[in-house]
Amino acid sequence: MPEHLLSPGHTACAGCGQALAARLVIDTAGPNTIIVNNTGCLEVFTTAYPESAWEVPFIHSLFENAGAVASGVESALRQTGRLDQIRVIAQAGDGGTADIGLQALSGMWERGHDILSICYDNEAYMNTGIQRSGLTPTYTSTTTSPAGKASAGNPRPKKNVMEIALAHGIPYVASASAGFPMDLQKKVKKALAIRGPKYLHIHVPCPLGWRHEPADTYRVARLAVETGLFPMVEFEGGQQTGAYTLSAPKPVAEYLKLQGRFRHLFKPGAEAALQEIQAIADRNIARYGLVKPA
Amino acid sequence: MSVNINSRPGSARNNRTGSWRVDRRPKFLRQNCIACRLCLLVCPEGIITGKAKNSFETDYVYCKGCGLCAAVCPKKDIEMIPEDTETEG
Repeated sequence: MPEHLLSPGHTACAGCGQALAARLVIDTAGPNTIIVNNTGCLEVFTTAYPESAWEVPFIHSLFENAGAVASGVESALRQTGRLDQIRVIAQAGDGGTADIGLQALSGMWERGHDILSICYDNEAYMNTGIQRSGLTPTYTSTTTSPAGKASAGNPRPKKNVMEIALAHGIPYVASASAGFPMDLQKKVKKALAIRGPKYLHIHVPCPLGWRHEPADTYRVARLAVETGLFPMVEFEGGQQTGAYTLSAPKPVAEYLKLQGRFRHLFKPGAEAALQEIQAIADRNIARYGLVKPA
Repeated sequence: MSVNINSRPGSARNNRTGSWRVDRRPKFLRQNCIACRLCLLVCPEGIITGKAKNSFETDYVYCKGCGLCAAVCPKKDIEMIPEDTETEG
């Protein structure tokens, strides 16, 4: 068996957070896994025809339908009595999960398929040139929400897919980060041990779209969690059962200043926008109990 | 007409992405390594190998030179060195 189930030679950018997270996921899941992938960076950089970086069966059909295709794969395994030995993962980026693929994904959750769905959230359509998605955070500069004189960047809030997943009453919903590799592996293992639909939302820095140094991927991912902007939480049976708690949350500026997509927030006149982002982190901290009372 | 649109597992290995490196590559100093495996876990290419302390190495055929391994090393035992420096790795 090869060392890893995602081979080198894939064409992800240097320092890609999604590439490292996807490898941790499939290495944890093991060789008896079938992956169904929406269109997105991950699909493009791992399966440039005629080559594939995957050491497990991998199917890509369309941008919107990994949920439907994975449902079919799971049903076939169930019918042929092999669902005990083979696990199914449906994975996508933020666009494939929260925007374009949401309908098929919702159907997959609602019908109760035994599938782990994963969102690799790099917070915009990176593969096609950094267009904003439903998961782009407030005041991010992207090519379709450029910051300038008339705008401080994306005016809309980041969609809460965790809450959408929870609304389906599925047994396991969790968030993880490329900056916490062992926590990520633990959550994949836990999710795959549960029968029924599972959702794992993984925050993955994109040096190209977030405009930070490739070597800063890990640092940026950790700061998103340590500021409260990306809460790492776990829900079982609809109840919150875990959170990565912070003894002292860092100011959001520490996270934002490393990234070119937020550079406009450090110019004179942007103080109010910066405060609004701090308020988002503060709300997350209160809502998910990220700071334990002393 | 039928067309085979399958790809062989792991065939992306044909792409020797080491040619992407611009000016720097990691050097594993192997002096203070505590075998925490963090470099191995975070390498986006999955090419760092090693088990015991001071035994870790990377594969320059595929290393894109992102520098993540050097950035995460808690012992600063991985250094990014200029590409033209002679070293055995």
